[in-house]
Amino acid sequence: MIQYLQNNVAVIQAALSQHVFLALVPVLIGIVVSLPVGYLAVRFGFLYHPLLNLSGILYAVPSIALIVLVPTIVGIQILSPLNIIIALSVYTIALLVRVVADGLKSVDPLVTEAASAMGYRRLRRLVSVELPIALPVMLAGLRVATVANVSLVSVGALIGVGGLGALFTRGQQLDYTPPIVVGIVLSVLLAAVCDGIIVLVQRRVTPWTRAAGRIAA
Amino acid sequence: MSDGLLGYLLDPANWQGGGVRASIPELVLTHLWYTVQALVVAAVIALPLGLYIGHTGKGSFIAINAANAGRSLPTLGLIILLVVIMGLGFGPVLIALVILAIPPILTTTYAGIRAVDPAAIDAARGMGMRPLQVLFRVEVPIALPLISSGLRNALLQLVATSTVAAYVGIGGLGRLLIDGLSLNDYGRVVAGAVVVAALAIVLDLLAAGTQRLVVSPGLTGRIPKRQLRRTAPAAPAPALAPADGVAATTSTPETSTPAPASSDRDGASS
Repeated sequence: MIQYLQNNVAVIQAALSQHVFLALVPVLIGIVVSLPVGYLAVRFGFLYHPLLNLSGILYAVPSIALIVLVPTIVGIQILSPLNIIIALSVYTIALLVRVVADGLKSVDPLVTEAASAMGYRRLRRLVSVELPIALPVMLAGLRVATVANVSLVSVGALIGVGGLGALFTRGQQLDYTPPIVVGIVLSVLLAAVCDGIIVLVQRRVTPWTRAAGRIAA
Repeated sequence: MSDGLLGYLLDPANWQGGGVRASIPELVLTHLWYTVQALVVAAVIALPLGLYIGHTGKGSFIAINAANAGRSLPTLGLIILLVVIMGLGFGPVLIALVILAIPPILTTTYAGIRAVDPAAIDAARGMGMRPLQVLFRVEVPIALPLISSGLRNALLQLVATSTVAAYVGIGGLGRLLIDGLSLNDYGRVVAGAVVVAALAIVLDLLAAGTQRLVVSPGLTGRIPKRQLRRTAPAAPAPALAPADGVAATTSTPETSTPAPASSDRDGASS
């Protein structure tokens, strides 16, 4: 095991950095897309159920199916890293749209009315009242999406682009456990680190939840 | 181009049995069989454990963190590791599938039981119910929306993971994907992806329907509003799970579809 690590530092590093890239770019895309879409779902009530049912259905599609279907739909190479990024972005968006919508819906109407009465216009009320109140719910969803993305990337190894997943397929071909164990451990650690970072950000940006007690665990 | 890609899927020969290759319906059945076996084993382990932890509060740390830990395990890595250690065959794959299906069931069962209003439990005790009666006649029915969403979550996870597991040689719809990729036969890959996606969506909808049937209408607010105007809004309270890790689970999209969605519908129409 130690020897495998020593001999393959470069391979492992390359796999890890590809993994980080493939896992986190979709998270960023997901945030950028799902905030406005989730807002629209709440702002225009008739959109709420269609949008949320659609995201529920997209979320049900197995990742590997999505990864190989994306090139057929978008028209790119089937073995391109872009497939993984697009597929995982779809998942992240499907997950976060619901979270954003539910977060915004959870804002007490009395609070928004009070903000309006104080002269907040719609945009300012959204940014400085509704979003902060919805933030704990949204960040909890973001944690789920990020952790899921980190572990899903390795499925991409089946089409040859899977970050740490490449270590799994290599271990299978060589009938040799060290690369597999290293891949699993690094993947789980990476997920834990990303999760921890979001928790720290959450503590920074929503200090009031800690005052309230248990929410900011 | 799309004609060629859909060729395999639309070729009637691939839908009829008796050939050298397994037909698509046969692959669907194999896939379902794997999924059902793993779901049953996982439920037999996770449900009692979740009920016990939720009811007694002992070991809640495990139940809260199980979902996150399970989600962060790379499925392909776990399957390959078990196969390399134990050898090829369905045994190691089944173990991997069960390991991946336990966390969502365990965490939601725990969360559902924990979120039951203590007043309801007190009332049940006051009526003279024994602990097991309290558990099965009060706590479980109230926790059912969350428990069944955990089972749905596990089901989806299993359909997806069984597909990936074709990489280590088992059957099911993943065969089309994996064989297609290694043969550069993208028509076959697309056929596998389309059928497995359809299977997942159909199973999820069926599970959602079952969930509506088994969950007490008093909980979902589907009883006519004049009867339950005051009590119905209190019922979705289980969605507000107690701890952070749990809250994260309950906000997964497919998890929260039925229970909170019905309350949303209520809120929108009232």
